[in-house]
Amino acid sequence: MNAMPPLPKQRKLSLKERYAHLTRGLGWETTYQPMDKVFPYVSYEGIKIHDWDAWEDPFRLTMDAYWKYQAEKERKLYAVIESFAQNNGHLNITDARYVNALKLFLTGVSPLEYSAHRGYAHVGRHFVGAGPRIACQMQAIDELRHAQTQIHTMSHYNKFFDGLHDPRHMHDRVWYLSVPKSFFEDACSAGPFEFLTAISFSFEYVLTNLLFVPFMSGAAYNGDMATVTFGFSAQSDEARHMTLGLEIIKFMLEQDEANVPIIQKWIDKWFWRGYRLLGLVSMMMDYMLPKRIMSWAEAWEMYFEQAGDALFEDLSRYGIRKPKYHEVASKEKHRLSHEVWSIFYNYTHAAAFHTWMPTEEEMTWLSAKYPDTFDKYYRPRFECWTEMQAEGKRFYNPTLPQLCVTCQIPMGFTEPDDPTTICFRSADYKGERYHFCSDGCKDIFQNEPEKYIQSWLPVHQIYQGNCGGAEVKDVLAWYHLNFGTDNFDYEGSPDQKLWEEWQAQKATNPV
Amino acid sequence: MSKVSITLQNTDEGRLLVEAIVADNPAAEVSWMPALTKIDCEDRLSLRRETIEARFGRRYDLQELQLSLISLAGNVEEDDDSFTLAWAQGAGSRKA
Repeated sequence: MNAMPPLPKQRKLSLKERYAHLTRGLGWETTYQPMDKVFPYVSYEGIKIHDWDAWEDPFRLTMDAYWKYQAEKERKLYAVIESFAQNNGHLNITDARYVNALKLFLTGVSPLEYSAHRGYAHVGRHFVGAGPRIACQMQAIDELRHAQTQIHTMSHYNKFFDGLHDPRHMHDRVWYLSVPKSFFEDACSAGPFEFLTAISFSFEYVLTNLLFVPFMSGAAYNGDMATVTFGFSAQSDEARHMTLGLEIIKFMLEQDEANVPIIQKWIDKWFWRGYRLLGLVSMMMDYMLPKRIMSWAEAWEMYFEQAGDALFEDLSRYGIRKPKYHEVASKEKHRLSHEVWSIFYNYTHAAAFHTWMPTEEEMTWLSAKYPDTFDKYYRPRFECWTEMQAEGKRFYNPTLPQLCVTCQIPMGFTEPDDPTTICFRSADYKGERYHFCSDGCKDIFQNEPEKYIQSWLPVHQIYQGNCGGAEVKDVLAWYHLNFGTDNFDYEGSPDQKLWEEWQAQKATNPV
Repeated sequence: MSKVSITLQNTDEGRLLVEAIVADNPAAEVSWMPALTKIDCEDRLSLRRETIEARFGRRYDLQELQLSLISLAGNVEEDDDSFTLAWAQGAGSRKA
């Protein structure tokens, strides 16, 4: 027998070497077609890249490791989802009001995960360097996973609660969902470098902690094991996305000095766009979690003011400063959630989730967290509405609101230095007047008016007759929203009735 | 001075990782919240494979961190033996 001599034992490659093998030398100069035809979007934004190989993923993730760890995350998540369903996990949440935060999440946030999947698949195709192409490819797959696991997890709640039955359809039509939808479509219709600045840096790195970290911790505090698990499964990818977000910014800034002013302008724009979008999160944290972890103002201080100081201090060596109007966002932190919740209370007859007035105990919490604003400006309003409701005169706003052309949120925000006056800005363009909720939104419009005059504004569309009809009921039917079930107050809703039946059953054994 | 930060899940492995971080970074400040632990540290913070392996009682590939991470702040520098978060003035500073 002639046994083969054993192969000389090869040294295991280091992490750096494995990553280099995956991402270097894979791209080539095309010859059948000129490079600018194969990669048509990389130059028109004005970003200059001299050396694509300078891009490096700090995690140096290779495909084998990627599949291995993602598979492990999925196994863990699906074990929890199954267990949650088998054990009737929905019975263990603190209060059924909590589910309304999930309704907003499923219709407002999960479709964004899918949009992010498409966005990263697109820009991954259009970058020249193998490093960013692979990073974008991994992120595209991550985002698809997030959309799928969120829909899958929340499908359990859909068996019992209203308003969760058609999130994709609602995302494309419902008035307040045009806020997240238009945010992402703005990013996806930008060039590839702006897309990465918008989503990877401004959204993922600077702002998403505010969505996923305290809110998911809040889900845990409110007994929602399933949501915490998908939240943190997604967030474990998000930590990698954040790192890439910082990396792409530094990569662009280091490649050419001429890139600096372009990127600063994008940071200014996308900080403000993202901050306005997070108004929805402020309300989820302060009003929709029956048990609260921290207030919106505290989260803003922790995740933007402190973390942002460190970040922008680091980026100052490239000539980058903090985003324009960050000080306005900080001034607004003591009012944002109250103003947004008030808007939804006004229009709860047209929303796919329920609203309510905070209980006395909850108002005490809000007073303590917002000592300078809550008792002065919001408690009296809420007490008045609670009283009106008790008298059978629940206040609904019967008029459709004016929307900000940029962020598409109803014009309910107040002046940076005066919480009693609605902030109102306008600009004329080609003979038409456009309205804005803030200087931030007005600046964004004025930098790209041809883009924003095309905005699909839900209120305008309803008045133009493009949304199912002239009556609220017609529009809600066009939204696929079940009138009398999905909308109106939590008090008196089928959700509340069912929840209270379950609570009664907990202590008894009906024959 | 700027703080770097890392947030981990409150799982069995996450708990051991927090212990390892505190052991290697005496200046680390630990905050507990439901389901997560946030650790902040002035300028830089390192996780060393060796320290983690001593606590886990097995081989540990630092890329396994992917399974326990929730969030981080700071520039990342990772190789086979350590995972470091640092701001520019710290020792983990990038090549120019």
